[in-house]
Amino acid sequence: MGALVSLVAVAVLALLAVTAVASDNLRLVFGAVIPGVAFAVFLVGVVARVTRWARAPVPFRIPTTAGQQKSLPWIKNSELDNPSGTLGVVGRMFLEVLFFRSLFRNTKVELITDKEKVNYIGTKYLWAAAMAFHWSMLIVVFRHFRFFVEPVPRVVEIIQSLDGFFQVGVPVIYATSVLLIVSLGYLLLRRLADAKVKYISLPTDYFALYLLLGIAISGFLMRHLEKVDIVNVKAAIAGWASFQLVAPEGVGALYFIHVFLVSVLFVYFPFSKLLHAPGVFLSPTRNLANNNRAKRHVNPWNPPIVGHTYAEWEEEFHDKLVASGFVLDKE
Amino acid sequence: MYDAGKIIVGIVVFVVLATSPLWFNALTEATPEAPKLTLPTNGSTECVEATGYMRASHMDLLNQWREQVVRTGQRDYVSSSSGKVFDMSLSRTCMDCHSNKADFCDACHTYMAVSPYCWDCHVEPKGAN
Repeated sequence: MGALVSLVAVAVLALLAVTAVASDNLRLVFGAVIPGVAFAVFLVGVVARVTRWARAPVPFRIPTTAGQQKSLPWIKNSELDNPSGTLGVVGRMFLEVLFFRSLFRNTKVELITDKEKVNYIGTKYLWAAAMAFHWSMLIVVFRHFRFFVEPVPRVVEIIQSLDGFFQVGVPVIYATSVLLIVSLGYLLLRRLADAKVKYISLPTDYFALYLLLGIAISGFLMRHLEKVDIVNVKAAIAGWASFQLVAPEGVGALYFIHVFLVSVLFVYFPFSKLLHAPGVFLSPTRNLANNNRAKRHVNPWNPPIVGHTYAEWEEEFHDKLVASGFVLDKE
Repeated sequence: MYDAGKIIVGIVVFVVLATSPLWFNALTEATPEAPKLTLPTNGSTECVEATGYMRASHMDLLNQWREQVVRTGQRDYVSSSSGKVFDMSLSRTCMDCHSNKADFCDACHTYMAVSPYCWDCHVEPKGAN
C-alpha cells in the first residue's frame, strides 16, 4: 500500500512538471524559480536541523561497541571498534561514512531446517547495493558540475573519462549511471520482495526510492534516448548559478521532470529520513571515544551542587554547640 | 551547542561545498554564455538534417554513419528532412562546410567538457579557413 501511495505521489509530481512545457512563464517557474527556492530550503533546512541536533547534550559516552575497551595494559584493546581517543574515533568514522562498516557487519539469523541448525549469515547484498548507490550518486552529482561552471575544472573531466572508461555507445554510457539505476532497483525490489521488509516499510521509504529512480531514469533518458540540446541547457544552468533567472530553450518535458524531481528531493531532504547524510556524522555511538572511565563527564543539565561543609555546620549551630559543651574545631 | 567548534566547521564545509558552483562562477571571470558558432563560409545553408536535431543528436547520426560505412560499406545517406543524398563521411561531408574544428566542434565540446573519440582515428583537416 505504501509502495503504491508513493508511486502515485511521484507520478503526480512528474506530471505536474510536464505542464511546464506549455508556457514561457511556467518554464521559468519550473526551470529556474522552483529549483532556486528548493535549493535555499535544502541549505537552510539542513543547517537548522544539524544545529538543533547539536543543542542536544550528550552527557555520557554510549559504549555500544563490538570490541574490547582499553583498560589494563596487558589486555589487548580494539582501538577501531572501541576507540579510547580521537585517532580511533576518526578511523571508525572514516570507515563508517565512506564504507558503511556497521552495515557491512550486519548479520541475520537463518534457520537451516534440514540440518536443524541456526546460522548467522551476513547480509552483504544490502551493503553492496547501498555502496553502489551512494558512491554512484556522489560521482553523478559531481559530474553535473560541468553544467554549472565555466570553465569546467580538469578534475571533472578526469572523473568523466574514468567513469566512461568502457566507451560504450555515443555519448558514452557512464558506469555510474547504470550502477545508480540498478542499485536503486535492487533496493526497491528488496522492500517489495521480502515480506518482512515489506511489512516494516513506510510510504516515506518508497517515496525516496521512487524519487531517486525518477531522477536517475529521466537523466539517463535525456542523455541517451531523448537527447536535449545540452549547450542551451548549460547556458541556462550556469546562468542560474550566476544569479540570472533563465530557463533553457528547446528542451522537452523530460528536462522539466528531471529538474522538478531534483527540486522536490531538495525540499524533501531536510524533513525526511534522507537526513541520515548529516546524521551519520552526529551518531553518538560512532563519534564518541569510549573514555567513560578514563575521563570525568559531567552531566550538563545537573543543577549546581551546593555543599555544606563541617565548618559551615559548626558556624550555623555555633551557639547551641557551645551551650551543650561541645568541643569546637575552631577553638 | 555542544561540540560547537567541530559542528560549525562541519556546517561551513557543507555550505561551501553545496554552493561551490556559485563561488566558482563568481570568482572566475568567464561568462557562462553558450559559445557562438561560426557558420559555414562556403555558401552552404542547410545541413544534413534539421538544425535542432543536429544540435542535440549529431552524435547519433555520426555513430550510425560509422557503423554503416565500416560494416556494410554503404556510403549513401538519404536526409530525412530534405530527401537529398549525402556521402557518409565526417572528413568530407561534415568538414566540407564546418571546416574549422577548433571554431566549430571544439567550441561546444570544450564548453560542455565533452571529449569525443572521433579524432583518435580521423585526421583533422589542416589549413582550412
